[in-house]
Amino acid sequence: MKVLYSFITVIVLIIVASIGASIANLHYVFGIIIPYLAFIMFVGGFIYRVVKWGRSPVPFRIPTTIGQQKSLPWIKQNKIENPSSAFGVIVRMAMEVLLFRSLFRNTKTELREGQNGPELSYGSAKWLWLGSLFFHWSFLIIIVRHLRFFMDPVPFLVQAFESVDGILQIGLPAIYLTDVFILIAVTFLFCRRLVVPQVRYISLPADFFPLFMIMSIAGTGILMRYFFKVDLVAVKELAIGLATFQPVLPTDIGPMFFIHIFLVSILFAYFPMSKLMHMGGIFMSPTRNMMNNSRMVRHINPWNYDVEVHTYEHYEDEFRDKMKKAGLPVEKE
Amino acid sequence: MAPKVKLPKPGELSKIDFKTPATDWMDTPVEFKPGTYCWGAKEKDLLTLGLPNPRQWSPADEDWKIPEGWESTILDGIAERLSKYRSFKIFMDICVRCGACADKCHFYIATGDPKNMPVLRAELLRSVYKKYFTKSGKFLGRLAGARELNMDVLKEWWSYFFQCTECRRCSVFCPYGIDQAEVTIIGRELLNLVGLNIDWIAGPAAACYMKGNHLGLEPHAITGNIESMVDDIEDITGIRVNPTFNRKGAEIMFVTPSGDLLGEPGVYTCMGYLMMFHELGLDYTWSTYASEGGNFGFFTSNETAKRLNYKIYAEAKRLGVKYIIGGECGHMWRVLNQYMDTWHGPADFLEVPVSPITGTVFENAKSTKMIHISEFTADLIKHNKLNLDPTRNDHLKVTFHDSCNPSRGMGLLDEPREIIKAVCNNFYEMPENTIREKTFCCGSGSGLNASENMEQRMRGGFPRANAVKYVKEKHGVNMLANICAVDRAALPALMDYWNPGVGVTGVTELVANALVMKGEKERTTNLRFEDLPGKGGNE
Repeated sequence: MKVLYSFITVIVLIIVASIGASIANLHYVFGIIIPYLAFIMFVGGFIYRVVKWGRSPVPFRIPTTIGQQKSLPWIKQNKIENPSSAFGVIVRMAMEVLLFRSLFRNTKTELREGQNGPELSYGSAKWLWLGSLFFHWSFLIIIVRHLRFFMDPVPFLVQAFESVDGILQIGLPAIYLTDVFILIAVTFLFCRRLVVPQVRYISLPADFFPLFMIMSIAGTGILMRYFFKVDLVAVKELAIGLATFQPVLPTDIGPMFFIHIFLVSILFAYFPMSKLMHMGGIFMSPTRNMMNNSRMVRHINPWNYDVEVHTYEHYEDEFRDKMKKAGLPVEKE
Repeated sequence: MAPKVKLPKPGELSKIDFKTPATDWMDTPVEFKPGTYCWGAKEKDLLTLGLPNPRQWSPADEDWKIPEGWESTILDGIAERLSKYRSFKIFMDICVRCGACADKCHFYIATGDPKNMPVLRAELLRSVYKKYFTKSGKFLGRLAGARELNMDVLKEWWSYFFQCTECRRCSVFCPYGIDQAEVTIIGRELLNLVGLNIDWIAGPAAACYMKGNHLGLEPHAITGNIESMVDDIEDITGIRVNPTFNRKGAEIMFVTPSGDLLGEPGVYTCMGYLMMFHELGLDYTWSTYASEGGNFGFFTSNETAKRLNYKIYAEAKRLGVKYIIGGECGHMWRVLNQYMDTWHGPADFLEVPVSPITGTVFENAKSTKMIHISEFTADLIKHNKLNLDPTRNDHLKVTFHDSCNPSRGMGLLDEPREIIKAVCNNFYEMPENTIREKTFCCGSGSGLNASENMEQRMRGGFPRANAVKYVKEKHGVNMLANICAVDRAALPALMDYWNPGVGVTGVTELVANALVMKGEKERTTNLRFEDLPGKGGNE
């Protein structure tokens, strides 16, 4: 059911886009107005969310320490996963963001009946890590590749990405590795959600929706590159127009393009109000981006307030006789 | 009183059903099965602490006696905490439900209940957050994973936030570092706003507030207990150690969890401290006022934790000591490492800790001025300042259980290992995925070491016990060492249940057994009055 809701939503979006694509009068809306609105919602929403997070303080220094602390000089500290320096934190964060370090640790717990009763084992489980890594890196490279539409001349880096991505030189135009990877990876992530009972149980419609959207976006992208070709010169004209805020609407781009750009727009607009914000959130996660130095440097809580306490004087007043009998020193006789 | 519950046999508990329920989690009502939950907090304890809604109540009753308008109390509480804790806000917003945390939780592994997956435990609160604090939840409702706050939800929170031991293991595996401990901490704060705590937390917290320690030991009881340990030490070693209490002008104040002052095997660890400090000639004092290192307030609310923690610095200041040494305890060290200085610092009336024996400057504690006994002891051993005879521990095959908090909220991993290796000849590590930062909880942490929830404790400790079983079968391990008072209270029952024949010890007890003291008589027994191998009087 949860899957179906998301699936139907995406189908409806595709139908809407198809209508937009087939009615020439609507091309201005679908090609220019909606992308601009989506861009504004994305950038504005992203900033809004990050600022909202940032407005709440981090009252305590709560890194999750994943290795030996800095203590005695001859005990080897894990300087990256239990960092006590800013450099350590930067490396730790880079490993999380670029390599998904924590996901790499993943294990699969299994319970089996051994000779002497139940046995728990924790086997290596790297598929989620691998799938996610391929998915995210492909996504990033695809976005970078798309910059060629928005820039003239195309920067060297973008060209380099593109030629490496198409290195197999299969087909015409050449197949991009990332297109293949992202489709495989997103399908894997989808199947995993559907097939693994625990993951299926925790999944919400909001977990399937982005997967369907990304599948559709990648799908329409591939369709228009290889099968329902669009006029690339016209696409570039439109893209550069958008990028330079002098939008022009070339004729005869091809309907598949409008479906593609509409889905992309919806995803961008949806991004800041969804779990996709993990992209921004990971940088601000206090368990990962803080040094474990709270015994070396006092961490300040901006809302630290005085609390009611039970002072020594209260204590002695209550127990003075018992203390004296036990031979304990007292402040007041 | 609730009916007496029979604890199922290990064979029954280890049959775990991982099938997900037929109904969606939002439609699966919470069950209160005797043996799996704790009693409700008592009226008198909430009155002592000045916490909201003091009354007698029982989780088994239909009516939990929650005041009218509680919904807005909770929602206002959420709003306040969103503005105070970036962690809370981010953890509510960015979970993608990838499920990497699911089978990392000892309670999920041992119950198969999907609401014990950290992701879903967080979702219990996240769903309410979405409904009232996000636009998508307001408009899309259940499609966005949002739901209304009602009494069933509140009871569900109480059930599951008191089935989390705040051990942070999930946080190690989360790609964004989402820490269920943080969510549970805030969830429990919210529950406390309407008077929903458990007896095993509120009782010790109230005792600690008034009497200085969780056990409620009054000053003469503390000195009395320690005196009887001193007698035992004299019987065993022939040496009379002379601890002092509330002594002004001592160089060091020593604070340990009160669990070390009463009950086995905690007292043996305490005897270990007494013997080692005496042997070193350390100028130190105990305090009967700051007689608790642990902090059950931490399992109640930030404010309660701060109120209990106050005594440590206040007493150090009153006594005019130079710095503080802290004993073996788990959550105590999370609080001391990550909270104390922020709450009550700067401790500018203290000095940077310097070991009077080795001259080592503890730069890592230069602001809090409080060091861990294992740091102190590891330094002594490195400098050969202790005369040790590890053969006295030769009858032991030891493994080490990393306590959750020193592992994942501090990183104290190798210090205790260095000590154990110096005082024991037979040390074996449990499997890699169950130790150090990936250690499994004893199943009784964060105030859940009551007796009425024994079934749940035995379940929660199952992954830990199973790893001990592995080294027991492989190497013949018969002693589980640790640096935590809750471990020392909880693990004996866990071992008896899953791995009979495995004992539990504090690390400092092992040290004291190996410690050759100046002028001691030939020891024939260890601190437990058990015959030493080859030296027994009865052989």
